[in-house]
Amino acid sequence: MNTMKKTDICTIKNSKIILNNEIVFETTTENFSDFAKEAYKCLELNYPKFHKMDNLSKLAFLASEMILKDEDHSRTALVFANKSSSLDTDFKYQESINSQENYFPSPAVFVYTLPNICVGEISIKHKMQTENAFFVLDEFDEEFLNSYAAQILESRKAEKVLCGWVELYQESYKAFVYLLTL
Amino acid sequence: MKEIYITDYNCVTPLGFDAELNWKALLEGKSGVALHKVIDNHEAFFVSKIDSEKLEEEFNKHFDNQNFTRLEKMFLLSLKPLVERNPISDETAFILSTTKGNISLLKNENTLPEGVYLSNLAQKLADFFGFKTQPIVVSNACVSGVMAISVAKNMIQAGKYKDAFVVAGDEISEFVISGFNSFQAIGSEPCKPYDKNRNGINLGEATASVYITSELNQNEKLKFKVLGDSAINDANHISGPSRTGDGLFASVQNAMKEAKVSSEQIDFISAHGTATLYNDEMEAIAFNRMDLQNVPLNSMKGYYGHCLGASGLLESIIAMESALNNTLIPSKNFEEMGVSQDLNIIRENQSAEIKYILKTASGFGGCNAAVVLEKY
Repeated sequence: MNTMKKTDICTIKNSKIILNNEIVFETTTENFSDFAKEAYKCLELNYPKFHKMDNLSKLAFLASEMILKDEDHSRTALVFANKSSSLDTDFKYQESINSQENYFPSPAVFVYTLPNICVGEISIKHKMQTENAFFVLDEFDEEFLNSYAAQILESRKAEKVLCGWVELYQESYKAFVYLLTL
Repeated sequence: MKEIYITDYNCVTPLGFDAELNWKALLEGKSGVALHKVIDNHEAFFVSKIDSEKLEEEFNKHFDNQNFTRLEKMFLLSLKPLVERNPISDETAFILSTTKGNISLLKNENTLPEGVYLSNLAQKLADFFGFKTQPIVVSNACVSGVMAISVAKNMIQAGKYKDAFVVAGDEISEFVISGFNSFQAIGSEPCKPYDKNRNGINLGEATASVYITSELNQNEKLKFKVLGDSAINDANHISGPSRTGDGLFASVQNAMKEAKVSSEQIDFISAHGTATLYNDEMEAIAFNRMDLQNVPLNSMKGYYGHCLGASGLLESIIAMESALNNTLIPSKNFEEMGVSQDLNIIRENQSAEIKYILKTASGFGGCNAAVVLEKY
């Protein structure tokens, strides 16, 4: 098997966005929604759809933006994973249908009750009609994600793979996203 | 590259608790779809639902331990015969495909019950049967079941595993029904994929399992080679299919390219066919772009409804049953062409030589998946 190179790495945790060991954004705001909003403004992302996303998508989107930038990614696959799936939004959606008196299921919320939606959001932003996969694992398993990515690269289904661990439940979050090439 | 084979499978559906019973029911044209009350104070929906008493009865015949949710019981029943017929080693993968798992446990809870974590569900099943590797959960909306086959193929080819048990399942829940209903995507009658008078989906529930291996022992009662796979995103919309069928087209093209199989060689397409206007039309466009419009095609949704993460694997199993029995079965409830492009939709049981199968699926998030299987 060829050895893959990790060309860029973005980490988001503790109200900080770190790209290749450099802090590109930090704030004292601890609440995730506010942190995401501040980061969006400060980094001049200029993509109004961002505000409609659920928190998991915002997390995955922010980390991916740092790496994908405005470059051509028409041959970059996406392989993402986390532990809590879409449970953050699942919980909110469930609250909207728990009681007969307050029964307001919303299609705009329901669509985010799938973890792979965040991958769809990144694909839309960068027009990436490429291989996509989302896994749910008990813990971050880089070796697993890299094996899957290697298979995509070696079968020439893509030239690069953006891999990521994007974990979020309520106020607990962490993203670790990186770009692989052969 | 190692060659990958499916050599065993099983399924649990409203039409039967094993693959053979399902095939028999399908030949008779039976459907699991019927009116069921799913949400209190809400009208009944057409869904394909397993009778809970029958499920309980069947489960008790095979298992003593009762510490399982209804969905887990469906998984266990589906997996048990496969585990009995195929050994588990240190190099055996356990791959679970599901969209919502035990989501019903979330109702009226203030904190997350352990059972709603998909990795916990997978670990519980893995521990029961004694799998030794870390379970892998594939959760890519409605393409999960097809993709789980790809994941097994790719991870065995990557040398991580020797073989894999792939299990897929989802159950009817208030959570999912209310969501699809809020999208106004649920049909008011048994669904009619590709038909002019179709008006939406029926949800369904099932579990399905397949055994996938790189090592044959010559005792296999069936053999299908997994020749090619791909899962390409539309990059168009998170809740609506592409109008040009780009992602499905590219998935099919890539899978056929890897399989080294041409459009003329494909004998049968087991399509997604949810019976929503946009999905069926998108598929018709994609298949025409691939010049597959004359290949016999069906959707199984009229028999099983849309079983979300289970549908792709269940429908692959039925496609393989079709090939083994040299019989194409009709796309149930189809009467009058309702898509703008030609498709060769199967109208009645007919005998046919089936060597190459194309299985496809599409789902929320713009995802699509395709695999090419060869009867071997």
